[in-house]
Amino acid sequence: MSIIEVKELTKKYKDNTAVDKISFSVEKGEIFGFLGPNGAGKTTTISVLTTLLKPTAGLALVNDFDVLKEKDKVRSSIGIIFQDPSLDDKLTARENLRFHAWLYKVPADKMAKRIDEMLKMVGLEDKQKKLIETYSGGMKRRLEIARGLLHYPQVLFLDEPTIGLDPQTRAHIWDYIMKLRQQENITMFMTTHYMDEAEYCDRIAIMDNGKIIALDTPKKLKKMVGGDVIILKTEDNEKAKQEIMEKFQTEVNAKNGELMITKENGEEFIPQLFKQLSVSVASISNRKPTLNDVFLKLTGKEIREEEASTRDKAKKQMKMRGGGH
Amino acid sequence: MMKLMKEIYIIWLREMIRYWRVKTRLVSSLAMPVLWLVLFGSGMKSTLSMGGAGAEFDFLQFLFPGVIGMSILFTSIFSVMSIVLDRQFGFLKEVLVAPVSRSSIALGKILGGSTTAMIQGTVMLFLAPLVGIKLSFGLVFALIPVMFLAAIALTSIGLVVASRMKTTEGFQMIMNFLMMPMFFLSGALFPLNDLPVWMEILAKMNPASYAVDLIRQVAFKFMDAPAFLVDNLSLELFGEKVSILMDLGIVAVFGAVMVSIGVLLFRKSD
Repeated sequence: MSIIEVKELTKKYKDNTAVDKISFSVEKGEIFGFLGPNGAGKTTTISVLTTLLKPTAGLALVNDFDVLKEKDKVRSSIGIIFQDPSLDDKLTARENLRFHAWLYKVPADKMAKRIDEMLKMVGLEDKQKKLIETYSGGMKRRLEIARGLLHYPQVLFLDEPTIGLDPQTRAHIWDYIMKLRQQENITMFMTTHYMDEAEYCDRIAIMDNGKIIALDTPKKLKKMVGGDVIILKTEDNEKAKQEIMEKFQTEVNAKNGELMITKENGEEFIPQLFKQLSVSVASISNRKPTLNDVFLKLTGKEIREEEASTRDKAKKQMKMRGGGH
Repeated sequence: MMKLMKEIYIIWLREMIRYWRVKTRLVSSLAMPVLWLVLFGSGMKSTLSMGGAGAEFDFLQFLFPGVIGMSILFTSIFSVMSIVLDRQFGFLKEVLVAPVSRSSIALGKILGGSTTAMIQGTVMLFLAPLVGIKLSFGLVFALIPVMFLAAIALTSIGLVVASRMKTTEGFQMIMNFLMMPMFFLSGALFPLNDLPVWMEILAKMNPASYAVDLIRQVAFKFMDAPAFLVDNLSLELFGEKVSILMDLGIVAVFGAVMVSIGVLLFRKSD
């Protein structure tokens, strides 16, 4: 049974189509991810699904409710962890949760118990009476996760849940997310531009320029690359490229002074390569394909290329959140 | 209806908690009216004599209700503009994705801002003895509802402005081009009669004028102001003295219209 159903969804701004006729469905209980560079339309899609933006065309159902016509029912069915921090920093952690519980009409007799339970899950019960302005970035994120789940939502939306956090904190946040998945039996819809995080998803939609260009399990997506990824540096890349193409009938990508080949069973291919190549090799590596390779294969560019701007943004957010752990 | 009331209450409650937590704001927003009253008021007092020689009435007594009006004007508009801060710092999103009606959010904000302004005005009232005005229960209790009504009308101006603003960078502009002119043209500092025509027209189009006049006329009732002075210093509209009831009516109608516009704009903008 699908809990999110999207058909030909489009969101246009004046002269820019942020989301272009996308269709997909999310099954109950799965972790579904949107992967793509900044500006691909991930956040716009989440905003439409969470009723914050009106779609220009198309249909979107969340928990069987129409995001345009049954806003309040959609809103009651979902929890959201926004890309940017959204806590009131003049309130304490507990007050933030209580405010949320009131807004979502969590029954008064269950409220205190539920708040305790959520605070415990994210390990903040000792700090619940502290003002949010004293919290670190990671603590804020954890509290936001607790808050997103407080009202027993069917679907939890996570928009770049770990952006702007240091690697250690990111790993912690993922521990919490996986833990709550077991505890709460919930569907999760997330966006990310971190490859390693996309691996946590059951299925991934790869997005670029407002379109979904691939949708499958991470494993199957990586199979699309067509084998292992071999990267080598030689004395004469141009000549090496010619030779490899002629002798092995393989496609060769030249980039940043490196050659890239995809080949099944890379470790068996490398010895053959050495035997037949007349140009001497400076370095060589063989690795399993990543989702970035999938993206590269599909679009001809890397997600990472866009990361310079993302990093700036992340830095800005670190400041807003008050730094790392 | 119950649902709406409860939602409004929640939004209002948060404003109150925040107001209470940020005590520096409480103090600093009192600073300006006190400066006007004590420095400007005492300075002008010597050059202006209002009741003629020997009268018990001086400029400070005229200024005092005006400064209360000013304090309400500024607090009202600035409190509700916290919605822009909420937007900029992301908290507004948390409220907007909740199953809560947009009208409740807007009304909760208006009521929160008005309550803040009313409290601020009440605190100012207790400074009355400082400028030689006798504080009485009547004065305080008559003025509280009046201040609250004026605050609602003025707060909704803030909401109208705030629903169009994305960042706090525009705050300074609002201060210079909206609030200061409204303040100077409100009659808080000087009577609005016998002004140059262009200024009189502007002043009488200014809703804050009626709010200040309302507060002043009600305050005068408890301050033993000589009747001829009350007449002289109160607002005139089309050659008629504006009565307390008329002030009340104008402020109420203006308030109702602005609240509606504010709520509508807020619903549209988000």
